[in-house]
Amino acid sequence: MGVHGIISYGAYIPRGCLLRSSIAEFTGKGSNKGARSVASYDENTTTMGVEAARNALKDSETDPKKLWFSTVLPAYMDKTNATNIHSALQLDDFVEAVDFGNSTRSAIGALTNALESDFSTLVVTADLRTGPSGGAEESSGGDASTALLIGTDKQGVLLAEYLGGVTVTSDFTDRWRVPGSSYSQVWEERFGEQAYKPLVDRAWNEALKKVDIKTEDITVALISGLHSRAVARSIPLLDVEVADDLTEQIGNTGAAHPSLLLANFLDQAKPGEVVALIVLADGCDILFFRATQEVENRRNSVPISEQIENQSPVPYNKYLSWRGLLDSQLPNRPSPTRPSSSASMRRNDWKMGFVASKDITTGIVHMPPSRIGIKGGNVDDMEQLPMADSIGTIETFTVDNLVYSPNSPVVFAVVNFQDGGRLPVELTDADPEKIEIGDRVEMTFRCLYTADGIHNYFWKARPVRREREKS
Amino acid sequence: MASHGIKDQVAIVGMGCTSFGEHWDKSLDDLIIEAAQKATKSAGIETNLIDAYWFGTSQSAASGIALATPLRLSGKPVTRVENYCATGSESLRQACYAVASGAYDSAMALGAEKVKDSGYQGLNAFPIPTDGTNRTLTAAAMFSLILPAYAKRYEVDEDELRYVIARIAQKNHFNGSRNELAQFRREVSAEKICEMPSIAGRLSVMDCAGVADGAAAAIVVRAEDAHKYTDKPLYVKALSVVAGDSSGLVDPDFDFTTLPECATAAKDAYAQAGIENPRKELAMAEVHDCFTPTEMILMEDLGFCEKGTAWQEVLDGSFDIDGEMPINTDGGLKAFGHPVGASGLRMFYETWLQLRSEAPSDRSVSLEKSKQALVHNLGGYPGEMVSFVGIVGSEVS
Repeated sequence: MGVHGIISYGAYIPRGCLLRSSIAEFTGKGSNKGARSVASYDENTTTMGVEAARNALKDSETDPKKLWFSTVLPAYMDKTNATNIHSALQLDDFVEAVDFGNSTRSAIGALTNALESDFSTLVVTADLRTGPSGGAEESSGGDASTALLIGTDKQGVLLAEYLGGVTVTSDFTDRWRVPGSSYSQVWEERFGEQAYKPLVDRAWNEALKKVDIKTEDITVALISGLHSRAVARSIPLLDVEVADDLTEQIGNTGAAHPSLLLANFLDQAKPGEVVALIVLADGCDILFFRATQEVENRRNSVPISEQIENQSPVPYNKYLSWRGLLDSQLPNRPSPTRPSSSASMRRNDWKMGFVASKDITTGIVHMPPSRIGIKGGNVDDMEQLPMADSIGTIETFTVDNLVYSPNSPVVFAVVNFQDGGRLPVELTDADPEKIEIGDRVEMTFRCLYTADGIHNYFWKARPVRREREKS
Repeated sequence: MASHGIKDQVAIVGMGCTSFGEHWDKSLDDLIIEAAQKATKSAGIETNLIDAYWFGTSQSAASGIALATPLRLSGKPVTRVENYCATGSESLRQACYAVASGAYDSAMALGAEKVKDSGYQGLNAFPIPTDGTNRTLTAAAMFSLILPAYAKRYEVDEDELRYVIARIAQKNHFNGSRNELAQFRREVSAEKICEMPSIAGRLSVMDCAGVADGAAAAIVVRAEDAHKYTDKPLYVKALSVVAGDSSGLVDPDFDFTTLPECATAAKDAYAQAGIENPRKELAMAEVHDCFTPTEMILMEDLGFCEKGTAWQEVLDGSFDIDGEMPINTDGGLKAFGHPVGASGLRMFYETWLQLRSEAPSDRSVSLEKSKQALVHNLGGYPGEMVSFVGIVGSEVS
């Protein structure tokens, strides 16, 4: 079997953030400190999951055999969301794609089960935390996604070895949400604290014994759970250094948070460092990892700290409108109609995977794919060309104030790609006034709109993240 | 490969056009009846004596039945025609070919659009089921791409170009204010237009065609029969349509400073009509000014001026009513309004008035230079476009 561990990882924090001071200014309630991350109007847990997963697979030579997606806020029910991610990643048809749903505990459950699996597994988590306006759920939540490619050292070079761990299960109702409700409710805070603390204590001592590890051998502990008071009060039980949990900067990202903290550790870890991940979610899970020599070679393409640093504040009214908590006047144009499922299936590689066709004779790249080329004219003389990682250049652009969009105005650019081809495409995560002809853009998987309950997934372009961050 | 044309084989002997505007009190049927009656009256013929009909409407109705029913055409061949915003001229093209072929002695082309019953602003396409990856940009935004591209290619300051296109709107409003059928009959200064807020790129609402209801119709017969109906027929010199293959959206070399479909259709039309120098051999032209930058680059694509010079010629007044090459003497789409299926026929209606010296004196063009006029009508967007160019003249050459 070999040693299990993390072969590669990716984490994604949306560009938008909500300054807590802007909530307080509007509602007259809450803290002024820090910010929470905010998924854009065209993002959901699935699109965020795709972002993280693309990061994780970018530098990986190992192909996952399984794709497990865990979120508390699935874009679909009945229909599998992991299959959307699967096709966006253009994974082989024989890669299993399944959802782990309902509770934040499912996310850590997916990870612990992947760590005991014989198959390389891409564990993707995403969460989009919501709450009533002005409340703690709203200001303390956050939106993010992660992806960890789990496998053995036979399946790939590990960045971190899994040393073992324990799981303790406990049934009590300190946080709940009924299906269809927009946000969760919590019991009186001290109850949860009293319920979690003994669990952490038991799990920690059991884990140290089982894994045969001493506290002085642990470089740092990561502790995560939606019950912030229980998390804070459990720290003294550990007797090890505990890393910053990012909640002040981006909020608590629920199902995504444990692996986000792990990714943040891997962003900075030195070879040999040992980390304990402690998760409080309807029980307590404790996992130990040791960073390998490889960790310095293959980190997240844009480190979490850098993603946080380059977030851009979203006005509170815009956030409310994106979440459907504030009705905003839309342009007086017809709302879009649902995409056709049969038409979408026929062009799945294009729509979900951004795969173009390349004329074998002329070399011309066609977006969308075409059976007959614009020059040459041979029929079906095309090969598939994945374009999702191709960098584009803005040839010209316009700002459309008239078109139907939850985020008017829409910036639309004619983009020429470094691998050939052109596409007029919508820009996202961009400030209209900062766009210039010649800017470089990268593709990102988004939900263009939702009609009749069908999410219209496709790709948009955004300013190249690292270049934007340098300027 | 050949495009022979039907020069001087067919003549327009009657035309009619409704006023264009927000006709809350008129149905599609009312507009159809009004245009048809005006056309039959001008030709002195009754509808039951016209052999065949082509009905152009983009979105207001489907099938020939929508024309046969209000006009109560009994046992007639009626075909509905659709080719985006070039629908009206396409219906005329079909009618002309039918008569030229000898299949019919007479035919009517009627274009009509009732857009103001939707409750939405602007023109809105019927939803066709797709995979959802199609662009959703508005037409205004698509055409707004011309301006920065033109500015870059010809090194013209964008603010200067902003003024140039406002100057085009000013001209078309000037002409439209002298047209009792036009939707907008108010002069507007270029300076005032430049002060308006942008809605798409640098375009303001004053750079966009009026959205209007309306209808227009033409009756065509064989050229040798024309004088049975009128002393002043218009002979069809050329009819050309090019439907682009959308390669401009795929081809990285397309730069949005030209509309190749229009240039190709013009070239074909000039060959059919035997025109070598359009600026010298045409008295005037009606062109598809759906947005002001469109009219600017059309001046180059239709060969009225050299590439890169249209902006200067606009400022020089070359295309004004008293300029060397009057353009959109009826106000164009900008001021006359744009009922999609009717617009192409409305353009022919203006050539009908001008070449027959029936246009009001305050907007009539000189016919000393030529007794021929050009109609250009397009549909779609830069990069994916259908374009029509037609030429008519009051004399057989």
